[in-house]
Amino acid sequence: MKKKKKDITIRNGRVVDPGNGIDEVTDLHISGGKVLALGQTPENFEPQLEIDATDQIVCPGLIDLTVNLREPGNEHKATIASETACAARNGITTLCCTPDTLPVIDTPAVVGQIRHKARKAGYCRLLPQGALTKNLDGSHLSEMAALKAAGCIAVTNCYTPLANTLVQRRAMEYASTFNLLTIIRPEDQHLCNNGCAHEGKVADRLGLPGIPEAAETVAVARDLALAETTGAVIHFHALSSASAARTMAWAKREGRKVSADVAIHQLHLTELDLEGFDSNRHVRPPLRTDSDRDGLRKAVAENVIQAICSDHQPHEADAKSSPFPDTEPGISGLDTLLPLTLKLVEQGVMDLSSAIARLTCGPADILGLPLGRLTPGYAADICIYDPNRQWHVSAEQIHSAGKNTPFTDWEMPGRVTHTLLKGRLVFHEERL
Amino acid sequence: MSDNTTFMQADGVESLIDVMAGKIWTLINDKEITEPLMVGIRTGGVWLAERLHQELGLRDPLGTLDISFYRDDFTRIGMNPEVHPSDLPIPVDDRHIILVDDVLHTGRTIRAALNEIFDYGRPASITLATLVDRSGRELPIQPDVTGLHPSLDPDQHITLIGPEPLGLILGAKTNRTSRGDEQDKDA
Amino acid sequence: MSLSNKALQLDDEQRLLHFLTIDGLDRSILTEILDTAEGFTGVSERTIKKVPLCRGKVVANLFFENSTRTRTTFELAAKRLSADVLNLNISASATSKGETLLDTLRNLEAMHVDMFIARHATSGAAHFIAQHADRGVGVINAGDGRHAHPTQAMLDMFTIRRHKGEFVGLRVAIVGDILHSRVARSQILALNTLGVSEVRVVAPQTLLPSDARSLGVHVYHDFDEGIRDVDVIIMLRLQKERMRGAMLPSEHEYFSLYGLTERRLALAKPDAIVMHPGPINRGVEMDSKVADGSKSVILQQVSYGIAIRMAIISMVIGTQNQRTQEVAV
Repeated sequence: MKKKKKDITIRNGRVVDPGNGIDEVTDLHISGGKVLALGQTPENFEPQLEIDATDQIVCPGLIDLTVNLREPGNEHKATIASETACAARNGITTLCCTPDTLPVIDTPAVVGQIRHKARKAGYCRLLPQGALTKNLDGSHLSEMAALKAAGCIAVTNCYTPLANTLVQRRAMEYASTFNLLTIIRPEDQHLCNNGCAHEGKVADRLGLPGIPEAAETVAVARDLALAETTGAVIHFHALSSASAARTMAWAKREGRKVSADVAIHQLHLTELDLEGFDSNRHVRPPLRTDSDRDGLRKAVAENVIQAICSDHQPHEADAKSSPFPDTEPGISGLDTLLPLTLKLVEQGVMDLSSAIARLTCGPADILGLPLGRLTPGYAADICIYDPNRQWHVSAEQIHSAGKNTPFTDWEMPGRVTHTLLKGRLVFHEERL
Repeated sequence: MSDNTTFMQADGVESLIDVMAGKIWTLINDKEITEPLMVGIRTGGVWLAERLHQELGLRDPLGTLDISFYRDDFTRIGMNPEVHPSDLPIPVDDRHIILVDDVLHTGRTIRAALNEIFDYGRPASITLATLVDRSGRELPIQPDVTGLHPSLDPDQHITLIGPEPLGLILGAKTNRTSRGDEQDKDA
Repeated sequence: MSLSNKALQLDDEQRLLHFLTIDGLDRSILTEILDTAEGFTGVSERTIKKVPLCRGKVVANLFFENSTRTRTTFELAAKRLSADVLNLNISASATSKGETLLDTLRNLEAMHVDMFIARHATSGAAHFIAQHADRGVGVINAGDGRHAHPTQAMLDMFTIRRHKGEFVGLRVAIVGDILHSRVARSQILALNTLGVSEVRVVAPQTLLPSDARSLGVHVYHDFDEGIRDVDVIIMLRLQKERMRGAMLPSEHEYFSLYGLTERRLALAKPDAIVMHPGPINRGVEMDSKVADGSKSVILQQVSYGIAIRMAIISMVIGTQNQRTQEVAV
């Protein structure tokens, strides 16, 4: 019953495809949901739809490595339908959702349910991460082979990293048996000690319980050692310290099989932004110092950190309506992922091609999937945005169900005008 | 403050104080009061009371009242940032009090001062002495002794300046320089 | 929205709207609080221990954390200003029923409360309450988590000024659990704002914040060195539960290293004063002889606490009142 997909030509846009080293003004042709060709119109190709992308940027659809979609279990915060629609509006065509749902993504049934809902919504490719341990309990391995067969692209224990080093080792070994990537949020639970802010001068003054940098660096060192022992492929999610970024640079020089990402807000905000106790700035890992932010920026620019993610954590208003330490951590980040990344280009942190790479081929390569490039034959996941449009962040401009953003009133560069998923237009801006 | 004009200079004020001292002397003799307790209202009333206290040769030390905590316009203008403690060194119970202020205008300051005195105890009597008794009364309060009855327009304002030398100035509107009747004006 | 401390606490004319932290307040406003408190000291000694300043106002003591002493001094202060006082021990009632802090606030506001005096175990709670309070409702922080206890700090400043006259030139040592102490944080800010020449903190590393120097203090681990030639010694309360385990090995070792004894006190200036926010753990933070000795001003602190709280309550109510009327006009 599938409708045949339209043949499409995107005309005259500046095509930025870092994975293929392309940055030029040209046409992009799409057929059967796949990239057909760049440049001259192929013979006998007659597009049913033409998109004029003059003065626009055409790039691969963005891949967000870590989002929490809240469904199943917390639909009062957000749903798969609401968040995948939001992703489409923002040029994001692939979402990797975390398993900390209710129930946890630790059985093929839950994986199936989530993928079914995403397909039904139709906005976005949803790639679930499976639980590393059953119910994320930190002690019993999950049925990873079954999870992989059901469609999980990686395994992780999310916000509850394993305290028991032996279990961590076994989990990595078992995951590597099935070529499953282990995603680790490096954090030593004991050193965190119920903290809610970076242990440093701001937390000292505000009396906020601190999370030391060592909570991250200890975990990175431990898991790098375990990965070397086990030969497992691991990925560190959401680094927050310059010190961890330096360790990653060392690991890269050593040729270790390890990758890392950073949440976009870590590249813009610091502990100084906690003045006034704005609970929208309560995140985990915590916002750290200026030099941490600069160190992370450098690591992203040098491709030591290969991906930027939103670490999207949509919340209902109540979750943030308490004194700072009592609120739930996290930022609703889908709406600001691309603009905040483009801001790094404005600020001279890196060039446009590198910035787009961290949102496309970078995460695709971490996952080992044929995505994030405009290679002929690849799925035609495409983001078209107007780089000259500036907009101000406000609740109305946030399309996620979670309005918890610390970037209210920030001026953002870049507005997505079209998003294509497998050659199908899943979003285009209705201009007045 | 620039459009203030001098209404009376120091020697004029000092001679008014002499007149007041004489009247108070007569009054307390008539009432057969032997050892009155003198209390000045901050700030102008205190300057005045210090001089009267000396001229009358009163034995007990002078008391001072800061009526900031009793003002009826607190809810409109907030806390006076230059509040000083009231100081009544002698218990007021069963004592005859001479209450001294610089300008009697609406009567609200005296109302506040009376309330405050009664929070210290139950005096036998209170006699009111003011340097200036001007028009504009809003409460049924009259002085027993006064130095001067000027005829002023409602928007004119008379203020005692001091402490040395004393003088009376006339202006359209004043800042909060003393704790006289201008509280009603400010509100 | 996150307003700076200054914007949240002061109106355009630099008058107090809320009193949440010393952070962001300048010397003139702290001095104004101290001066206003001087005016209130006499009230407690009169026949009628009340002034009518806040008559008809309703002050709610919103205590999410138990503290009979602090609550009592606030209650007495509000009553001496003729305000009506509601005492709410929320820890026992609302939160156990799942009511959020915001629900509690809304309910009390519906009862036309004019002021919240809030104590809460979470840092930033007073800010949160102030940010969500109706216009015209003032908030005073009676202690939030490890963050701030500004009225305690101000009564300590009042005590110091009463005994030492000036702040300039003073050397002050704060001894004990700085890490968990909201009192110490507020004291350090107030002392530095008022211009003392040196603030020292004396504690083992486990009881110090990670970057103590950034608070504007000199750090001493050796009490004998830290107390030398100081004018004021402030001993902090040490929670019993911190005494055994990963913070400190034992009460015995703590007292031997950081307990205030007569021998140590002799190293300070001859006219030094000893302060403590109470309640004292005798034989842990200080020797009884010191606590009850001639240099101890601990009981004066308690009585000054009422005058300071009267000053702050009346200043905040005065400013908020005016704000309500601006709206009405």
